[in-house]
This record gives sequence, C-alpha cells and structure tokens, in this order.
Amino acid sequence: MALDKPYKDIPGTTIFDAEQSRLGFHLNQFCMSLMQAENRARFKADERAYLDQWPMSEEQKQAVLARDLNWCIRLGGNIYFLAKIGATDGKSFQQMAGSMTGMTEEEYRDMMISGGRSIEGNRRLGEDGSAQPHRQPQGKSNQKAGA
Amino acid sequence: MATITASVYTSHVPAIGAALDLGKSGEPYWQKVFAGYEFSKQWLKDNTPDVIFLVYNDHANAFSLDLIPTFAIGCAPEFAIADEGWGPRPVPKVIGHPELAAHIAQSVIQDDFDLTVVNKMPVDHGLTVPLSLMCGQPSADNFAWPCPVIPFAVNVVQYPVPSGRRCFNLGRAIRKAVASFDAPLKVQVWGTGGMSHQLQGPRAGLINREWDTAFLDQLIADPATLAQKPHIDYVREAGSEGIELVMWLIARGAMSDAAPKVAHRFYHVPASNTAVGHLILENQA
Repeated sequence: MALDKPYKDIPGTTIFDAEQSRLGFHLNQFCMSLMQAENRARFKADERAYLDQWPMSEEQKQAVLARDLNWCIRLGGNIYFLAKIGATDGKSFQQMAGSMTGMTEEEYRDMMISGGRSIEGNRRLGEDGSAQPHRQPQGKSNQKAGA
Repeated sequence: MATITASVYTSHVPAIGAALDLGKSGEPYWQKVFAGYEFSKQWLKDNTPDVIFLVYNDHANAFSLDLIPTFAIGCAPEFAIADEGWGPRPVPKVIGHPELAAHIAQSVIQDDFDLTVVNKMPVDHGLTVPLSLMCGQPSADNFAWPCPVIPFAVNVVQYPVPSGRRCFNLGRAIRKAVASFDAPLKVQVWGTGGMSHQLQGPRAGLINREWDTAFLDQLIADPATLAQKPHIDYVREAGSEGIELVMWLIARGAMSDAAPKVAHRFYHVPASNTAVGHLILENQA
C-alpha cells in the first residue's frame, strides 16, 4: 500500500521526505563538505574536479555547476544543505530563495517588504497564484508580451 | 524541586544574527524587528532563570544526513558555536546544565519519548539567534550568556517530522521531569523557529499573516486543540519551512494547564524571507 503524501499537490514546493533524501544523499553530503574552509577553497579552485570526487549523478553535478537550485532540489537536494554552496559563493539566504522564483533580487526583496508572497491561489495545484507552474518564471523580465 | 516559570517563543532567522554581528541592527529595516524585543531584553534581565531549556532545530550543521535524530537533548557541559559556512557567529559558547539534562533524559525516555542523548555537538543559529534577541550582544568584559542552556534539537528538516500532538505531549513529559528534579531551579522553556516562511522553489517568500495570527491566538488560549493540527496544514498554509512551528508546542506543553499570563506579543513581516513571531508566556503562581 502506498504511503500517504498529501503534500504532493502544493505548487512550487518540494517536500524533503525520506524518498528525496535517498535520491539526494551524495549531493547533500557534498554540500556538507563545504562547511570546511579548505574544502571551499578546493571547490572554488576546480569545481568539476571537486564534484568528481563524490558519487553523485552527472545530472546532479550539472545542476550544482549551473547553480540552479530548483534543479538541485528536484534531484534530492535540500535547501539547508544547498545553502552551503550559497555561503561558498557569498550569497545570502534571501538571494538564494529569490533565485528560485525567477525574480530579480530587488523584485524579491520588494515582495518581502510588502508582506511576502500571498497564500491566495498558492495552496493547491490548479489554482492561479504566482507560484503555479503556468506562471514560471516570475519577475518582470520574464513576462511574455501579451500574457 | 525545579519549576518552569515561563516560556518564550521566537523565530530564529539567520539574517537576524548576521544583522547583529555586522552592526546593521540600527538600520530601519532591522529596527522594526529589534523593536519587538526591547521589552523582552528587559524582561529577561528581570526574570533571569537558572536554566533555559531551548527547543530549536539544527539546519544541517551539527547533523548531516549521516544521522537524523527526531529529538536530541544536549547533555554536555558546553557547546561550541557552529561554523555554518560563513565562520562561527562571534557569540559566547553555550554552557550546558548536564545534571538537569541527564535527569530530563532519564525521565522523558522512561515516559516513552525516545530521545537521542548528545554529548558533543556544535549549536547553530537556531539556538544562538533566540539568545541574541533575548539577551542582546554580551559585552566584552563579561562575554557569556546569562545562564546555562540545555539545547534540545528537533528534526524538522527531513520529513516526516514529529507531529504537533507528539511535541505537545513531549512538553508535558518535560514539565513532569523538571518538577521531579531535586534542586530549587527556575527553568524557562523556549520554543523557536517559524513563523510562516518558505525558502525553496517558485513558492519561496510565502507569508500568511492571517494563519500566523490565528496560530498565536490558539497557542495562548487552546494549545491542546492546536496540537491536533496535521502537518499538511502547516506546509500548505505557512510554507514548507513553517513546519518549524511544531517546536513551539513543546514549550507550550511544558507550561502549566492553567491559563498563562501573556507578558508580551509581537509580530512583524519580514525578516529576510520570514514572518517574525514572538511571545512571552508566564505561569501564574
């Protein structure tokens, strides 16, 4: 019998459950290694060579090299682990979170100052809020003409 | 016997720690956050306990995916400050209370809560940001937190996390454990994390003020019913990281059954990606 996973219908959201954790084990443990200054230096000196020391999938390595956090999360990454890459790059948590929306840093910051993203339309897939798949990526520069 | 005198609830946003450590606390953006803790700093000076039992979550710092304890109690004499990738926060190390921690572990495990006993772990912003908010920045000539702290880490990173009901009942077991400790200590229990926030995916930046306000109201007035709220409500309504709020139910469960005195209440959006909520509840004598 399948386990109950009622969180699968929340738009723009990946819950880091035991299944995702299994998928992302080596990706996340690679991230943990960046807590040590010497490892950060080695990673920065040659990212590809450093990644090749970990038994990660090629796609996981590509997602890290691209700094595409949504892609990393699809492949089992967890944001608290991925934050170690951001720290290595000198990014704040707000910059990292914003990067997953398509908004510019300024647009995301302004959204937060004016009260954050609304829950309306963003509870379930099939609604029409800003986090729904048909509205990605967000941000003025990404809006299609006439859309 | 030891007594639980009060409970404190607060968000533990890492950017708050960074703002304090980098001298940005005077900026208008941060002033709006810190203004909500002016009362609290004075309150803690006037009501310094002998021990703080601090419920928080580790954010992939002490615990990687090697080990994922659901509930971990820090029983060591002291705890180092974690390097989360930016270098350790420049705050005092945390002094523990091994005697009370061991006593609580013994009592609570016998009450069917399977705690992991931890004798060595660094503590991250989840624990140090609440201390900074409540205590201010310790001065150079007395570089220490005002009292010993027992770190109590809850897994809210990898699902499934413990339910609100289990957290509330665990709080009750902690209350019973503290009451049977044979020394006249005043203990505060702090619950940290939340409120609504989501740090990942296209829904990042979610805030739900209405839900947060209702959560605060019910935490004060009817925590036993609030404890029945299923995980999916937290995740859907308060964001994937809003689930941290189950930790507040541990602190609330540790309070007496009689209605508490609301000493302080504060809510503000935003601190970085997060809605900041804060309460101080006192047990009525």
